[in-house]
Amino acid sequence: MTTFTEPMRALTLRLDDELFAIRAESVREILDLVPVTEVPNSTAFAFGLINVRGRVVPLANLKVAFGMAEVEPDQDTRIVVIETEIDQEPTVVGIVADKVYDVTDIEPAAIEEAPRVGMRWRPDYVRGIGKRRGDFIIIPDMQRIFEIEGRRSGTSTAEERSAS
Amino acid sequence: MSNDPAETFRQEARELLEQLEQGLLDLEHNPADDDLVNAVFRALHTIKGSGAMFGFTDVASFVHEFETAFDKVRKGLSPITPELIAVALDAKDHVHALIEAPDSADGAGEPILAALRGIVEGDSFPDAPMIDPAPAAGVPLEPTGRWRIRFRLPADALVHGTNPMLLLGEIADLGPCEVTALVDAVPGLEVIDPESCLIGWQVDLTHADPVAALDDVFLFLKDGMELSIEPLAIAAMTEPELPPAAEAILDILAEEVEALAVVADVPAPKAAKPSKEAREATAAKSETASTSMRVPAERLDELMDKVGELVIAQARLSQLAALSADGNLKTVAEELERLSSGLRDTTMGIRMVPIGTIFSRFRRLVHDLSRELDKEIEFITTGEETELDKTMIERLADPLVHLIRNSVDHGLESAEQRIKAGKSAKGTVRISAVYAGAEVAISVTDDGAGLNAARIRAKAEEQGLITPETRIADQDLYYMIFAPGFSTAKEVTSLSGRGVGMDVVKRTIDGLRGKIELTTRPGEGTTFTLRLPLTLAIVEGMLIRVGNGRYSIPLSAVEECVELPASVATHSRGRNFLDIRGSLVPFLRLRDLFSTPGEPDAHQKVVIISSGEGRAGLVVDQIIGNNQTVIKQLSHLHAGIETFSGATILGDGAVALILDTSRLVSYGQAYEEKFRNENGRAAA
Repeated sequence: MTTFTEPMRALTLRLDDELFAIRAESVREILDLVPVTEVPNSTAFAFGLINVRGRVVPLANLKVAFGMAEVEPDQDTRIVVIETEIDQEPTVVGIVADKVYDVTDIEPAAIEEAPRVGMRWRPDYVRGIGKRRGDFIIIPDMQRIFEIEGRRSGTSTAEERSAS
Repeated sequence: MSNDPAETFRQEARELLEQLEQGLLDLEHNPADDDLVNAVFRALHTIKGSGAMFGFTDVASFVHEFETAFDKVRKGLSPITPELIAVALDAKDHVHALIEAPDSADGAGEPILAALRGIVEGDSFPDAPMIDPAPAAGVPLEPTGRWRIRFRLPADALVHGTNPMLLLGEIADLGPCEVTALVDAVPGLEVIDPESCLIGWQVDLTHADPVAALDDVFLFLKDGMELSIEPLAIAAMTEPELPPAAEAILDILAEEVEALAVVADVPAPKAAKPSKEAREATAAKSETASTSMRVPAERLDELMDKVGELVIAQARLSQLAALSADGNLKTVAEELERLSSGLRDTTMGIRMVPIGTIFSRFRRLVHDLSRELDKEIEFITTGEETELDKTMIERLADPLVHLIRNSVDHGLESAEQRIKAGKSAKGTVRISAVYAGAEVAISVTDDGAGLNAARIRAKAEEQGLITPETRIADQDLYYMIFAPGFSTAKEVTSLSGRGVGMDVVKRTIDGLRGKIELTTRPGEGTTFTLRLPLTLAIVEGMLIRVGNGRYSIPLSAVEECVELPASVATHSRGRNFLDIRGSLVPFLRLRDLFSTPGEPDAHQKVVIISSGEGRAGLVVDQIIGNNQTVIKQLSHLHAGIETFSGATILGDGAVALILDTSRLVSYGQAYEEKFRNENGRAAA
């Protein structure tokens, strides 16, 4: 588990009814919802591809990793384009956010380790829980989430499907 | 381009080291070739010079010793032997290590130098430091005169990484000298530019031939610097030394008197007269400078991306123009289409690199293998000028190294065995590249024993790949060496035989959308042929629609398109075969394969694709048309999905996936086989 010694500059966003904080330095840009190309036979996590300024960028649904309910996209829905490492390779990915708030500093004193029990989510997906104005903010471990969830894709091969 | 002078040096040094290696390898075959010896010497010297200049002192001092040893060869005092070449190659590797990872290379240098000295020893020359690389080197080194040297560096010299202290140090190494700074050109503090080099120097040096020696010191600065060398009267040598301050005053006075003369003095006849060698080197350098330039690879990638975007934007414009009634718009769209396709071809051309750039690396590999395995090998390369996309070349290096190792280690027999078999003791490994249509074929051929079908069979049975009852053609049996973990080497050598080779080769070539073929004749040898597309970046595609999704099929794989017969279309299950002019072709319903929701279109089409020997039909809802496809790699997140080889961006900005045709054909064949087996069982 990472310990926090410096204030974390973070972009806050909402998934379902939970608040998340993503390292602001990792954020490339924030887009309105664009047409998404679905990838057949992919996982529900890495479900599509989008065009970000001429680049093909995979789009991920963090709600799958956190077992949250799907919400219909509305005028608040945004795509946050971030850079993370997947298998040691810097990769640009998009994540769907139900609403994006602001960039804020979270003091290290306000961040606690994720409790090992009593949490609905995989503990290794959460780097820490921050507090701000009485709200809890989940600080997800993006690299870990993308590596674990990314490995799931392609487990059911198209061959099996075509044979059935 | 990078502004970091150290990185510039590294880049240059890498190229020089490559030249050095080629020179050494050539020398082994033509030891009497003076031009080669000189080329090696020049490469060494340039590395030393620029190494010192950029602060790579370890490199400079090591190369200096290397050069000193090699000078004996140049003077004909020590013969060129295979041992010498081997040690020299080690030394070259050490320099490489010093440049790339100075910390890890510590301590490895001294033994190499000792070995090098040991080999060139045997003459009575003392190990005098070699300074003068020019042909005048034969002149004895004892001081014969005293010279006054004045020089000023170009004002931007500091910005370009020149360190005057190192230059002065180098001059001081030439012989006893006194250095005075010429500060007259330094303006007041309020207008001084700290990055400009405004100080000049005057050096009184005792040396035999300062013109050539200094030429060497200032090798990289000759353009734009002021340099004058004048003999000092003998009396000057004995002149009592003035206190530095007084001397400085005198200098400034003298300076003032001859100020105009000095400035006008730059290329004057008495200034450094470059030696023939140096002149040639400079000439060669300026020639290449005018005809080619170094560009960082990332910039080319960036350019390619931009051109890709342009092609997409242009496609969009053409789409709009086609819908519009505006004649002018149509004209502009056509013009732009012509320009962007021209630009695309030019950009692709820039990215093409002759494959010879990696062939040269293999010469070293074969040289080392030959010594290690004690096999005499002739290595022949042809088709070095064949060009391929640079990304492709980079990714081909490893598989080719593996194939060559395999040929040398497993393919070629030992000298005794070869003689017994009535062949020459010297084995031959040949690597060649040729264009074949839109592909390049690269072959690695050996004249060894050929693949041993019986041994491969035994191994395949042992690994459970086939059963003893399996009847299999020899040709199919040979291809089993590409199975993961397969190795027929009786003993595991340090070079190959760990069974992690051929399957990796196969996978890499598949990843490059290429094919690998092999032919072998017992007792005569084996040939591996890699067939690769010319470029990875852009292909012509056929755009199709399945449900709401649009996909691109590489046009090179498309054979024909037919209507899906109504009789077959209605049965969702059953025999998935089409009769294409008398031959049965299995087909795959992409709707099923992609789990597409909704009802299929009324008139479905079948795109017949081929890959290698096999064919398969793909059932689609609609064929939209042809498009230029700029291939974008899929990220690791989607790497596990086998049906797609990449993605592309369409004219309207949407992303479309590119189908992996060879994979789909193999699905079709798997289906066909399953069907046959089931039918076979039903009949029995």
